[in-house]
Amino acid sequence: MVDTAHVQLQPPIAPASVLRRLMRRKLALFGLAIIAVVVGAAIFAPWIVRYAPNEQLFEGLTLEGAPMPPGGEFLMGTDLLGRDLFSRMLYGARTSLIIGIVANGAALTIGTLVGITAGFLRGWVGAILMRFTDLMMAFPALLLAICLAAIFRPSLWIVAMVIALVNWVQTARVIYTETTSLAEREFIAAERTLGASGARILLRHILPHLVPTLIVWGTLGISVTVLLEATLSFLGVGVQPPTPSWGNIIFENQTYFQAAPWLVFIPGAAILLLALAFNLVGDALRDVLDPTQRGRD
Amino acid sequence: MIAAPEVVAAPLLSVQGLTVSVRDRGVVRPLVQDLSFDLRPGETLAIAGESGSGKSITSLALMGLLPANVSVTSGQLLLDGTDLARLPEAAMRPLRGARIAMIFQEPMTSLNPVQTIGTQLTEAIRAHEPLGRAEARARAIEALRQVRISEPVRRMRQYPHELSGGMRQRVMIAMALALRPAVLIADEPTTALDVTVQREVLDLLRDLQAQTGTAVILITHDMGVVAETADRVVVMQAGRMVEEGPTTRIFAAPGAEYTRELLAAVPRLGTGAERNAPLPPEAPVPVARLSCTSVHYDIGANFLGRPTHRVHAALGVSFDIRPGETFGLVGESGCGKSTIAKALAGLVPHEGLIEIGGKPLSSLTAREHKDIRRDVQMVFQDPMAALDPRMKVGDAVEEPLVIHRIGTPAERRARAEDLFRRVGLTPDQMSRYPHEFSGGQRQRICIARALALRPKLIICDESVSALDVSVQAKVLALLQELKTGLGMSYLFISHDMAVVENVVDRLAVMYLGQIVEMGTRDQLFGNPQHPYTQRLLDAVPIPDPARRSRSYLRPTGEIPSPLRPIGESPPPAELIDTGGGHLVARYSD
Repeated sequence: MVDTAHVQLQPPIAPASVLRRLMRRKLALFGLAIIAVVVGAAIFAPWIVRYAPNEQLFEGLTLEGAPMPPGGEFLMGTDLLGRDLFSRMLYGARTSLIIGIVANGAALTIGTLVGITAGFLRGWVGAILMRFTDLMMAFPALLLAICLAAIFRPSLWIVAMVIALVNWVQTARVIYTETTSLAEREFIAAERTLGASGARILLRHILPHLVPTLIVWGTLGISVTVLLEATLSFLGVGVQPPTPSWGNIIFENQTYFQAAPWLVFIPGAAILLLALAFNLVGDALRDVLDPTQRGRD
Repeated sequence: MIAAPEVVAAPLLSVQGLTVSVRDRGVVRPLVQDLSFDLRPGETLAIAGESGSGKSITSLALMGLLPANVSVTSGQLLLDGTDLARLPEAAMRPLRGARIAMIFQEPMTSLNPVQTIGTQLTEAIRAHEPLGRAEARARAIEALRQVRISEPVRRMRQYPHELSGGMRQRVMIAMALALRPAVLIADEPTTALDVTVQREVLDLLRDLQAQTGTAVILITHDMGVVAETADRVVVMQAGRMVEEGPTTRIFAAPGAEYTRELLAAVPRLGTGAERNAPLPPEAPVPVARLSCTSVHYDIGANFLGRPTHRVHAALGVSFDIRPGETFGLVGESGCGKSTIAKALAGLVPHEGLIEIGGKPLSSLTAREHKDIRRDVQMVFQDPMAALDPRMKVGDAVEEPLVIHRIGTPAERRARAEDLFRRVGLTPDQMSRYPHEFSGGQRQRICIARALALRPKLIICDESVSALDVSVQAKVLALLQELKTGLGMSYLFISHDMAVVENVVDRLAVMYLGQIVEMGTRDQLFGNPQHPYTQRLLDAVPIPDPARRSRSYLRPTGEIPSPLRPIGESPPPAELIDTGGGHLVARYSD
């Protein structure tokens, strides 16, 4: 009959069911496996490695003072200072993941707060918030990150903060659009006629509908964050040596690329794989959680 | 159309044993089962049924436009001896449009919004016939003239959004008939249109059919439309044909139980229960009073960002709702009836006076505003949209109590259970989500939610319009029962005159944001004074084939726009008492 055509909003999906549907996708499973390996390696690093990551080993260098190639005593070889690359990689994974989760979580929180406030309040508050978001979007993210990192003394947490300050914009945009369309829905009008307060509508009736979007953006955002951390560290304004991170391992060793290619290749491949894994999982999550993409598997 | 062809001609289209099934995760489920009917040249066949009856799937099967996971699993669709069901897509394409054409319910979504009417029409013609651009254009203009669109040459340059709903549907008909197809399938062609526009479109279809001899398959849920237009009817229920026969016979002596129930549930004008009880008396304090209430929206912006135009959605509306009465507000889309509902519910700002229980809305503090929500509740048109899909329905019904901090959690639960029983559901359904219910059940949930705060007034904004007639009748009965049981008042907003006649005590007719006539039900339906009210009543399709084809005055031109430049206000309608409280706006003929 008179059907008000709307994009179908979804009833909640049980987390167990999401995981089951995710497991049915081969690529997502591949991504999950990589993430599991990296997370496991990062957590259990002290028990896995034989040498401390920052220890400069005498036997880590050849008699001529060159780094040892992979194989034998050192699984991934050693770097220019004779440190065990395998150990540095595992501890580096901790850095990458901490930044991936902390920075991305902070970015997601800021983005959600800005987006939901602007989308729900509209008016001049919304206009100011969104114009500021546009301004941030127009700013070259890397340049901003370098500036911020240069002003503060770089450390792991500062890097996380810098990345969060650069990355919240996309989330804010997406959440803003979703909130504005949700706020115009009839069930929100129905809540108002019941006398519900703005806070109640936001927390009980708008936020739950944003959860799938946030999960997807959170997952996809981790790969961006990991890459940005690597970039910053590579540029020397990220995580500072001797703390290992995948980005600064490449940074430290880039000049000897031809003599010791594994020092660049291994961390590079690790970054690539982890970013790819999060992207695969994020994409699969979007397919599972987003009703408009349904029926394509 | 006028009468079924005397000589039984050979069928133009013959459907035999049609079964259409959907494949869903390896399970094959039939949507239409073993359907057979014939369509003869020049006749109108109605396929009638409620939602889920398979009527639309049948039309899509005929057009070869079934969704990817739905297919014809057995049976034949013979058009001129060719079985459409077995025809490959490449062979089907030239037939579509040229031999068998279709018009849809929603003309806006069926037209391409970024192309002009002219482009779309000429493209459609040239896709099927080897005509030059100029010839096709001439043919398109001719088609527009045929569907009685004013200024066809200018319309060719317009975009779909520049036309009204009725005009767009005419364009669709023009497009469908430009190629002179043998069969025209009209899928709910007038459901999205206002009742006066519906009347024009139905008349137009009938006239064109008489001229061109096209056979029409009319898919509809509206038995009134069936009675007015069809020669024969196929009644469907849950994918199966229940009954088939000439319209007059089906209406006079329905054979199947389902058809009888369906016809009994159809609201009819002039059959409203005789009024035994007197009208609720005028109380010193009305439940709600509107006095010269106006609502307007500003749109457009000049270079300083100031609005340039103003939509006068409601203008100087005055009425009051007495305790225990059902007050009706009727009119066509855009007349301002929903705006009034929103203003009463505090969803849009208003000018003038709205009093609820004697307290003017505009002078309330935020605290009082929240309290007054307990007295006025609203039931919306689409219950699926009005319920949060992520909230269990039990929580939804309890929510108003939580918001207003009434009772302990256990008391709230008990109250919600009581409400569920009251609206004809069971408390064990409370832990389900809205999508697990049917449309009628969802509307019952919305009613339960509205009742939770024991309001004095419930606003029903088109609350039964989206429901099937049989469900509609039950929900209306529920509303009636609740009213007598709880002593509430209703503001009943609807475009459906027949429904309104059956439920209201008094009503007001709105046109372009103003009330043009107001009075008791008997005054308005028995003696409509204003020409607009008369037109509205005349346009209602009557579910009785014996009373078909009354002459109907076709209005010319479009409905005037409620959009005015800022600073210029439309003249207020002056209401005159013609006796006994029957108010009629002054009008010029």
